[in-house]
Amino acid sequence: MKFLGNFGRFWYDFVVGDDWTIAVAVVVAVAFTALVSHNGWNAWPVLPACVAGALGASLWRALRVHRRLEALESSEKPTGEHA
Amino acid sequence: MHTFLLFSAAFLACAVEMVEALTIVLAVAVTRGWRSAAWGIAAALGGLTAIIGALGPALAKLPIDSLRVAVGALLLIFGLQWLRKAILRASGLKALHDEEAIYEAEIALLGTSEKGPRLDWYAFTVAFKGVFLEGLEVAFIIVTFGGAQHNVGVAALGAGASLVMVLIAGVVVHGPLTRVPENTLKFGVGVMLTAFGIFWSAEGAGVSWPGKDLALIALIAFVVAMSFAFVAVLRRADASFAMAAT
Repeated sequence: MKFLGNFGRFWYDFVVGDDWTIAVAVVVAVAFTALVSHNGWNAWPVLPACVAGALGASLWRALRVHRRLEALESSEKPTGEHA
Repeated sequence: MHTFLLFSAAFLACAVEMVEALTIVLAVAVTRGWRSAAWGIAAALGGLTAIIGALGPALAKLPIDSLRVAVGALLLIFGLQWLRKAILRASGLKALHDEEAIYEAEIALLGTSEKGPRLDWYAFTVAFKGVFLEGLEVAFIIVTFGGAQHNVGVAALGAGASLVMVLIAGVVVHGPLTRVPENTLKFGVGVMLTAFGIFWSAEGAGVSWPGKDLALIALIAFVVAMSFAFVAVLRRADASFAMAAT
């Protein structure tokens, strides 16, 4: 059971990585591109646009987490006057 | 041109994996001896050969468009994850990956274990693990890059060239490969994987790229420009937040 868990975790980390929303966004974007293409449109701008949006959103979330952590760290530090 | 880009992408992507494997192998071989580490490397290479032999023909029988969609989407996910980390590092939001620290940590860890009289299983296992896992990624890159373009030979050639380069670098420095700017390498790999991923998955999904293969160059330029723009925006946003906090 533990082996299966580790095996699953290895493949999850290997394929999906740090941010699962990127993997989901890629799958949805490719499916959407296929849908648009098979309806007679040349959908070449769709995927680059979706990639820029997904990466931008992921980086924005990372920035917000970074800010939250920095704010938490600075609030936990004792001030110089009282230390 | 397309062959050159395929070669470059395989070369860069494999070089990153090989640098990581070489760091682990050097750490284990220097502290525990080359003999057991060499057995670990040989066993890992044997296992990899068996896996590539089993997967290669199965991949070649898949229809090209389905293969392009699957491989392209996977590469795109890998590429975006690499690019995300590289952008976060370049903008100062994430610590730079320190190969020297990993090397020292491996040495410290290895120094605490008992040394065996004959085959050192610890050195064997660590070398095996490092080479097998990184080698699996190299095999994946060769089979996917080459398989999607029906040109496994060029992808394998790129991997072979990167192996020669990393081995020479390893012999010359004989220590942690901190002189290879890892984040720059990862940035480049992330760009290549993302551009190839967009190109192949869209093509497999039924897209006709304007300019055909030349669209790859435009895609690489697009991904580079997008990445630099994200780095600039993140740096500015982080600096303004730091100023507001003080």
